[in-house]
Amino acid sequence: MISLSVNGVAQSIDADPDTPLLYVLRDELGLHGAKFGCGLGQCGSCTVLVDDRPTFSCLLPIAALAGRKVRTIEGLGTPDRPGALAAAFDVEQAAQCGYCIAGMIMRAQALLERNNRPTEAELRTYLAPNLCRCGTHMRILRAVRRAAAAMGGGVQESSR
Amino acid sequence: MLADATSATPEQPTEPNLTRGGWLLAGSALGLIAISVAVVVLAWKPALTPVPPVAAASFDRATVLHGETLARLGNCRTCHTAAAGRPFAGGKAVHTPFGTIFSTNITPDPATGIGRWSLEAFMRAMREGVSRDGSFLYPAFPYDHFTRVTDRDLAALYAFLMTRPPVPTQAAENQLAWPYGYRPLLAGWSLLYLHKDAVDETDRGRYLAEGLAHCGACHTPRNRWGAEVVDRAYDGAWIDGWYAPPLNAGSPAVHPWTEEMLFAYLRTGLSPMHAAAAGPMAEVIRELSGVPESDVRALAAYFAALMADAPAAKGGKMATDKQSEADRMHPEGATLFAGACASCHEAGAPMMMQQGRPSLGWGTSLHVAAAHDTLHVIVQGFAPPVGRAGPSMPAFGNDFTDRQLAEIAAYLRARYTDLPPWPNLEQVVSDVRKEGGE
Amino acid sequence: MNGLTRRSLLAKGGLVVVFASSGAAWAQEPEEAANLPGDLDKYPFLDSWIRIDTTGRITVFTGKAELGQGLRTALIQIAADELEVSPASIDLIMADTGRTPDEGVTAGSHSMQNSGMAILNAAANVRALLTDAAAWRFASSIDQIELQDGTAYGPGGRRLGYGDLAAGFSLHVMAKPDVPRRSKGRRLIGESVPRVDIPAKVNGGSAYVQDIRAANMLHARVVRGPSDGTQLKPADIDAVAKMPGIEKVVREGRFMAVLAAKEWHAVKALRRLQAAGWERRDSSLPSADLCDVIRQSPVRDNPIFNYPGPSAPADARIVKARYSRPALMHGSIGPSCAVALWENGNLIVWTHSQGVSPLRKSLAELVRLPLEKVRCIHVEGSGCYGHNGADDVAADAALAARAVPGRPVRMQWMREQEHGWEPLGSAMVVELHGALGRDGRIVGWRHDVWSNAHNGRPVSAGGLLAGAELEPPFAPQKPQPIPMPEGGGDRNANPIYALPNASGTHHFVERAPLRVSALRSLGAHMNVFAIESFMDEMAHAANADPVDFRLIHLQDSRAREVVETAANRFGWKRRVKGRPGRGYGFGFARYKNLGAYCALAMEVTIEPDGGTVDVRRVVAAVDSGEAVSPDGIRNQIEGAIVQSLSWTQMEAVTFDTSHRTSFDWSAYPIMRFPSVPASIEVDVIDRPGEPFLGTGEAGQGPAAAALANAIADAIGHRLRDMPLTSERIKAALRS
Repeated sequence: MISLSVNGVAQSIDADPDTPLLYVLRDELGLHGAKFGCGLGQCGSCTVLVDDRPTFSCLLPIAALAGRKVRTIEGLGTPDRPGALAAAFDVEQAAQCGYCIAGMIMRAQALLERNNRPTEAELRTYLAPNLCRCGTHMRILRAVRRAAAAMGGGVQESSR
Repeated sequence: MLADATSATPEQPTEPNLTRGGWLLAGSALGLIAISVAVVVLAWKPALTPVPPVAAASFDRATVLHGETLARLGNCRTCHTAAAGRPFAGGKAVHTPFGTIFSTNITPDPATGIGRWSLEAFMRAMREGVSRDGSFLYPAFPYDHFTRVTDRDLAALYAFLMTRPPVPTQAAENQLAWPYGYRPLLAGWSLLYLHKDAVDETDRGRYLAEGLAHCGACHTPRNRWGAEVVDRAYDGAWIDGWYAPPLNAGSPAVHPWTEEMLFAYLRTGLSPMHAAAAGPMAEVIRELSGVPESDVRALAAYFAALMADAPAAKGGKMATDKQSEADRMHPEGATLFAGACASCHEAGAPMMMQQGRPSLGWGTSLHVAAAHDTLHVIVQGFAPPVGRAGPSMPAFGNDFTDRQLAEIAAYLRARYTDLPPWPNLEQVVSDVRKEGGE
Repeated sequence: MNGLTRRSLLAKGGLVVVFASSGAAWAQEPEEAANLPGDLDKYPFLDSWIRIDTTGRITVFTGKAELGQGLRTALIQIAADELEVSPASIDLIMADTGRTPDEGVTAGSHSMQNSGMAILNAAANVRALLTDAAAWRFASSIDQIELQDGTAYGPGGRRLGYGDLAAGFSLHVMAKPDVPRRSKGRRLIGESVPRVDIPAKVNGGSAYVQDIRAANMLHARVVRGPSDGTQLKPADIDAVAKMPGIEKVVREGRFMAVLAAKEWHAVKALRRLQAAGWERRDSSLPSADLCDVIRQSPVRDNPIFNYPGPSAPADARIVKARYSRPALMHGSIGPSCAVALWENGNLIVWTHSQGVSPLRKSLAELVRLPLEKVRCIHVEGSGCYGHNGADDVAADAALAARAVPGRPVRMQWMREQEHGWEPLGSAMVVELHGALGRDGRIVGWRHDVWSNAHNGRPVSAGGLLAGAELEPPFAPQKPQPIPMPEGGGDRNANPIYALPNASGTHHFVERAPLRVSALRSLGAHMNVFAIESFMDEMAHAANADPVDFRLIHLQDSRAREVVETAANRFGWKRRVKGRPGRGYGFGFARYKNLGAYCALAMEVTIEPDGGTVDVRRVVAAVDSGEAVSPDGIRNQIEGAIVQSLSWTQMEAVTFDTSHRTSFDWSAYPIMRFPSVPASIEVDVIDRPGEPFLGTGEAGQGPAAAALANAIADAIGHRLRDMPLTSERIKAALRS
């Protein structure tokens, strides 16, 4: 049995220690926000926060997580009480199929927690590891800008 | 030549010993006067008259295109472009044991760049390391290599640079320890270490490697004054926290670096029998991708010949994969590998099984005495230029603690080599994290 | 654990499935009826579409599926609007062969036209019936009845809820074609109603088919070679069967799958099996360029259009061009997945297939069950953009489930399996030949397009990958062109411009080296790219402004308005021409000449050293008929533009003689945030009363063409072969 802290709750997991966190979240803990997109660290659909930093949970074995804090999208809010980013994404209707969105929100959450005043260029570069195939990028950017403002900051225009 | 490089421990260069040099000077007053005279005589170079900026249209198009190729071979862009900067506008920090030097603006901006440099001034800078105004340039700018470039090629390079968009940007001030900020000292350096030998242009590989491509600037160890040690050419050296491995009989590669493999590596960033390029070499290869194939082949042939006596070429190396043993010796590393690395690197993984990518054990970085290159790649990952296809690897720096990364590195070393374990891995991880920024 | 029990799984949507006794009570049976709009003509009974229970809760049925295009919300909006209820009081059941009408495949942007119009009219009928029933119950006249928020109000304060009213009459009556739509009161249609599925998606709770978990469920991985035409070499299966956690290795013919209670065990077993290596099974792939291969392959010629007109005069100016695009990948972000349950001789599959009915038929044949014993239920997957791996994985799941009766099996494709086996968008070549009269008008036009099939959707077991792996294998489906007016490779080859002396031929290439099928917009992406690039080339030859040149030849008034709106909003006439490295381009088409109209203008800058394109600004105008959800339309068009820019600038499936080499995102890069345009505006032209027009595929072609035209404007050199990469731009700048 392996102990993990997920969204502030201690969990005891019956899984092989080399099991990537993504499968544990989805199959053992019923947290389906993080998605399987590639399992290769290329698309970001599986993004969660570990000690406040964005990671690809598809490549992170749970053996590495003793004493570390995992946060998933379920830990940021609920449909009734959404977090700032979820609320912003809803207002901007920033989703088409929506499969990439949980990963996008976690990645953006990591950015805004460290710097809620990124420039436009920094924002785009920071989100680059996350893929969206439907082409929802414009709305995702608008949603993150909106959330940054709601969190007391704001995305600055750059010379772009 | 040097014994197998892996037996020696290549260390990162440290601060030179000032006390001994100072003792020498202090002990010889006459020598001091003589040297001072020589310095004054040698250190004085005339300023060359600034010329009006030359119109881009006045350069012959074919010459400009030829110059573009040469600039790629010389990798000018990589050093002369800052991280978020405009091409060739300088400002990139080059860390040396003497302090930090910032590359200069070589766009044709008249005020802050080389817009008012004549061809003569440009050639003098490239050949002798002297700026238009007569001051000496730091040999972080490898003029000790560029001195071998022909007149024709220098003129083409000049044409290329003079037709770039001018960018008005003043280079940052160098941050050098005393007394290295005193440029006239470089006259002495030049006297001792600038060898104005020519290389026959028709020996294309050698002409490129020893000249524009300045491969020795990274792959040849330097002495305490920062000059390449001529009789240790290509023995391996440090650049930006990465170890550039030997390119001669000391090459620790598991498979031979044939011309074919070197060409594949230099052309595509991947050798099917070695590994993918990362770090400073990836930038070199990015530039080489726009260079005629024949030039890349020439470089490949040159270095394949230099490495013809390496252990791999003589059949003396075996590829190794001692998984059971490594699993036993490093159980934690094995577990982390199975969960993080195996999805791409084990035999049944897509890039291995489908695309014939090389086994981890075939990569040179596991076989050198320093773990830095291996850990750089694990911590920072690497990717092809935006939008291009090519080998890529995610960054694992956020996933693992320093100790966990050290465990993984130890596991790799034990599994894929027969070499002694790397020492002080957690310290290396810490150094690598600092070097790579975030 | 949040896993669903099997019972609750089947109860998804509120209905317990009982196969044995109910017979045709729930299953929808088509009937013929003329004159009814949309698919109402195939299912004219109102209760095929709408049911009201005694509590007043309304269930709406559609045979179409939510693909991420917002269809669920749009259809709820239509029904809620017409029935005068809030969207929250409607349950929409989508694409379930056990419960919904068979509306074929959710594709071709037909949903609004076929299902939307059907639901609209069915709802109008139901409203009329409710009004009648209330009038009868209140003994009043119909015009004294007002419906509001699920209640009927009559004179004297009388009121009755819908549930109460509906209990008094049957909805198993045929729709009347001439029932008027609701005329007064607040409308939902035309409002941008927030999508009902987004709150769950942005808080992590949404149930995609990938998220289904049931008690006693097994995780499965199918084992194949790396891409179409390959197979795995023999492996030590016994050793793998003994790996920790492996419950079964399913083998039938060449079909193989590993099953485990824990997903990671199945993944590790798959990797172990794949370590044995692979070999090519089919004939070698070509070493030549795929477009050249297609252009030179044997063809079946189908005429597309032929407009008479006098031959071009001898002094006409001739313009000729050849355009091409490589094979493209759907590249769904979530690799395909299905859950199957084989129980008591019945098979249920939860699938994100776009066509649950044809899939059901194909699966029934594959597993040799009568049709009524197979049920396919659509559950959302990630965006599919056409025929991706969804149907194949459903078959894989079915075969795996058959080996473990009574246990649900979740079959998940790996990333490289989706990249390697999904049917691709065909490589295509278009050759255009135009003649300009002295007055600057087109006097001759000839369009030739070469393409593989754009439809390989399974209609039989032979259309499924597993169908070829079983012993004996099922006969593969024969590729067929799709007849016009829809078209496949010839979709949108028929220009909407009024052109005299114009003709076009579709050279259908049956032999496809790589597996191909429908990719969003089918041939329209290529044909519109070619036509709209060519219009610019002709305009250039005529020394005319590209927008003016189009308007000269455009008679359709809605087309003209969309072109003018985009141009004006963009400031087309004010653009400053001749600035080095900056260019402007325009593109326009009406999807299939039947769907939505879309025009867009684009501004780009090009960095000369690297040849990289920076899309600064896109302004689009779109006419989708009556706009049910304007924001939904904008969302679709924005997405289409970004997706098309990625296709057109960057993408090309690569392969060598033995297999596909585009095996993951590093080998097949798609657009990432740094390259996305700086700004996209979409102006929706609303046309109340006009039929709803499908919008999901209207943006791809115009965006591709506008980009090509903008690049040509910026560098003074035209690129005609997609992808329009920075390397090609650099090479053009150097020449």
